[in-house]
Amino acid sequence: MAAPGFLSETPDDPELAAARAEPLRAPPSRGQWILGAVIGVCLLAYPLVFDQPYQQHVLIMIFIYALMAQGWNVLAGYCGQISLGQAVFFGIGAYSAAFLFSNFQISPWLGMAVGVVVSMVVALLIGIPTFRLKGHYFAIATLVIGEIAQTVFINWEYVGGATGIWIPIEWDAPWFAFQFHDSKLPYYYIGLGFLALACLCVYWLERSRTGLYFRAIREEPEAASSLGTDVTRYKLIAIMVSAAFTSVAGSLFTQYILVIDPETVFPLILSILVVLMTMMGGVGTLWGPIIGTAVLFPLSEMTRIYFGGSGGAEDLMIYGALILLISVFYPRGLIGLVHKVMGRGSHA
Amino acid sequence: MTTEIILQTIISGLLMGFIYALVAAGLSLIFGLMEIVNFAHGEFMMLSMYAAFWLYTFFGLDPLLSIPICAALLFGLGVATHYGIIRHILDAPMMVQITATFGLAIFLRSLAQFLWTPDFRTIPDPIVAGRIEVMGIFLGVPQLVASAGCVLAFAFLYLFISRTETGLALQATAQDREAASLMGIRPDRMYALGWGIGSACVAVAGVLLTSYYFIFPEVGLIFALIAYVTVAMGGFGSLIGALVAGVLIGLVEALGGLLIDPAFKYVIVFSMYLGIVLVRPKGLFGRY
Repeated sequence: MAAPGFLSETPDDPELAAARAEPLRAPPSRGQWILGAVIGVCLLAYPLVFDQPYQQHVLIMIFIYALMAQGWNVLAGYCGQISLGQAVFFGIGAYSAAFLFSNFQISPWLGMAVGVVVSMVVALLIGIPTFRLKGHYFAIATLVIGEIAQTVFINWEYVGGATGIWIPIEWDAPWFAFQFHDSKLPYYYIGLGFLALACLCVYWLERSRTGLYFRAIREEPEAASSLGTDVTRYKLIAIMVSAAFTSVAGSLFTQYILVIDPETVFPLILSILVVLMTMMGGVGTLWGPIIGTAVLFPLSEMTRIYFGGSGGAEDLMIYGALILLISVFYPRGLIGLVHKVMGRGSHA
Repeated sequence: MTTEIILQTIISGLLMGFIYALVAAGLSLIFGLMEIVNFAHGEFMMLSMYAAFWLYTFFGLDPLLSIPICAALLFGLGVATHYGIIRHILDAPMMVQITATFGLAIFLRSLAQFLWTPDFRTIPDPIVAGRIEVMGIFLGVPQLVASAGCVLAFAFLYLFISRTETGLALQATAQDREAASLMGIRPDRMYALGWGIGSACVAVAGVLLTSYYFIFPEVGLIFALIAYVTVAMGGFGSLIGALVAGVLIGLVEALGGLLIDPAFKYVIVFSMYLGIVLVRPKGLFGRY
């Protein structure tokens, strides 16, 4: 009969049992369910109420960017690997859909799937060597990989070189060709659907063992490694998920715009934009990328409309200043502010 | 392909490499002190080029003569950046430091476009002009002067860091902030000084470039990109690393452009970076 030792905890210690039973992320409360449902219904109803093409265009672009931002969020926000080369995956998704359709009449839906597979393979090829690098060495490695990809595509005549690809217009089979010329509604709901799917993945990730490993790697890579976490393996999972999201965003963008070239789908500024958008909303949170995109994209559109085409870059000026101020004064992003207002401690 | 062409290319590459080295030295100095990468470094360079342009336009001051003024202006900007922005994010996560300086970069670039339009500008007749011929090799005088200026500035910086008391205090702060402050060094001032000197370095390189390079709001982009690669290749925080990597990049860029394809010259440079850090994950001379 062992005495109740002061070193070993008795298994029936109620406080300890309660602490063990408490999950890291509480399931959503009833209020959150209602809020989520209301937002969902509003988003579904939005294009029926606001039927101007421009009003729908803004939301479609937000969905595409938010999907890409969510992809960066998985890799950098949850797993702590700051990539400045996300445009690589965006470009692969864009080119897969456009190239397979315009050259071989393969449906862009299949092209999108091919893009996801190719991006994930490329993610592995990038990840295996570069995950040995830490901090800025990794960030700069991803940045130069993005630049290399852009140069390669500019000079790759087989896929259109610097001119890019003009996707042939197809009137008869809109769902096969993934082109909708009469209405923006299909783009809207497809974009919303993919974004919702990505958010569900992240929601699950937040509550899964994999998500725990991600956060352990972000906070204390050495400790995580010494406790037996296969750090490289989980980093590779993170970059592959991230690549998949980003690639889908690229394919959606292509099908929506129907003209792509390396300057549009591989630019450094795109890789930076997703960082800034996620940062704006709140890094490493489910809603951060969406809030950040939903604030920054309309803001840049509005300033551009307000100042007109003066070429004075006022929109970017406000953009830059805002990012600077948020980083310095609210590094947790707008979601930190929301939590503060709602009176909850933010636990990013 | 004649020997002259190859020799010519090597020398042009070397000349460019010294400029890259000075730009990278400023970045490296700041990083060594506080482990922050200034992603607005290229924009600081752009601002100094505009400063030289306006001094020339309004006062007829040749870029060579406006070096001290531009360096002083950018020193001030660097110190102001430290006190206004960096001081608040010293202990913030790396991500916040990246987005803050990126925000600053976007702001400064678009401010330049707003104030001075995206036009390409040049300084029409700088003092240094023309070219000289040495044994069949042609050298642009502005390029030669710019590189010589950068080497001088680099040497000056190196002597300052390694020989003066203030330089030693900078090094001490870089090594151990706490211990340095116990020795009566005020880290905050050292940081501000580091930002000032780092910005002045890029200012000198920028002004020297104006004798033969276009001035436009996005001019800093490629130089900054090269500078990040240079610093990381040399090893963050190492001045010698910045010099070696800068010269190496200048050479590889020029030779790669000649032997392989000019369109791929940056691809070759970037691949070299990847190759080097995969073998030495902290760069050639890195401590961090």
